[in-house]
Amino acid sequence: MDGIHDMGGMHGWGTVVIDPDEQVFSTEWHGKAFALGAMAGGLSGTNLDAFRHSLERLHPLDYLGDGYYGRWLACAELLLVDSGVLPPGAVDARAQNILGNETEEPDDVELNKPDYERGGAGSLREIDAEPRFAVGDAVRVKDMHVRGHTRMPAYIRGRAGVVTAHRPAAVLPDATAHFTGEEPQHVYTVSFESTELWGPDAERATNNVDCFESYLEARS
Amino acid sequence: MTAFPHSADRAPAPVRAEALEALLTERGLVNAAAIDGLINRFVNDVGPMNGAQVVAKAWVDPEYRERLLTDGTAAVGELGFSGPQGEHIVVVENDDTTHNVVVCTLCSCYPWPLLGLPPNWYKDPAYRARIVREPRVLLSEMGLDLGDDVDITVRDSSAENRYFVLPKRPDGTEDMSEEELAGLVTREAMVGVARVSAP
Repeated sequence: MDGIHDMGGMHGWGTVVIDPDEQVFSTEWHGKAFALGAMAGGLSGTNLDAFRHSLERLHPLDYLGDGYYGRWLACAELLLVDSGVLPPGAVDARAQNILGNETEEPDDVELNKPDYERGGAGSLREIDAEPRFAVGDAVRVKDMHVRGHTRMPAYIRGRAGVVTAHRPAAVLPDATAHFTGEEPQHVYTVSFESTELWGPDAERATNNVDCFESYLEARS
Repeated sequence: MTAFPHSADRAPAPVRAEALEALLTERGLVNAAAIDGLINRFVNDVGPMNGAQVVAKAWVDPEYRERLLTDGTAAVGELGFSGPQGEHIVVVENDDTTHNVVVCTLCSCYPWPLLGLPPNWYKDPAYRARIVREPRVLLSEMGLDLGDDVDITVRDSSAENRYFVLPKRPDGTEDMSEEELAGLVTREAMVGVARVSAP
């Protein structure tokens, strides 16, 4: 989906500062949000791709507002509520009670975990299909406009590149995130000249992006 | 899909974290020991010191370097590094004229078994937005000036391959031990936003 998460190439963000003394978790709740986020996939019966998609489903202000671990916390809650592990409003009600504002907490709801089969642990899969592309092939990223989850960043949509590596096959996030199946595919690293992506005045550079096979078409 | 309330109307994040932990604990789904265990693992056991060990070994052992560049996953596995966000490790080498720099524009994918959790600068929207579009300018702002003769390749971690940069061994370190060399290697050099300097 075209959302706030798809940041490659956006203007207006200012500079980047490296803090050499940064702690892994700069505050206690960041550690908790990380741990709860890491556990939420298993507890909700979802998966890594659904977790990544849940980041994209946040309101843009929420995506940015509480930073990286704020997103993890919100996504843990979102997946657990999706799956009926927690009733909608449970976290808000409990938070108000913690703050001393007496609030009635909602009753539990029926579990609603996604019903789908995984082909194994992790994301990589062995597949029999012949790869459609080989190193050196000229390809173009399809003009795809996906409403749900995809790992095709918008800055390569419709752009011409060259396959520079064939990577292990993996489950297609566009399918797995929505529990419609795994659709494992070959994955390719595609190289784009910076001027193909950013216009004739672009800095001289090469952009490499990993693309699932179904994102690509041959180009002559 | 669940309609999700906007956080402007909600309790602050630290309170919501406490609430979520309490709700899951009461249901017997998580416990403090498991949460603390996961936190401690990434605070104490998994971090850039792992990747630094890989780099130092590659600098002193040419055969290991070859294996690392050919099959990164297996080579880092020799040192015991594997796990989530390390299913397929691809190692790319930087030298005086070739410079790789790694990003995840869509979220913040990062080779956890080698570098731990990503630092704030890597997750910063400014980094995710700009490194793919104006890498030379942004790297310079971050303290790394690359000459016009240096070819830059920006690697966006958009699938499950995790990129790890093998930086160039600095001159003047010929007499240093593997352990001493590991001490020179920074997280930033292993992502490609810095070079390694001699002490």
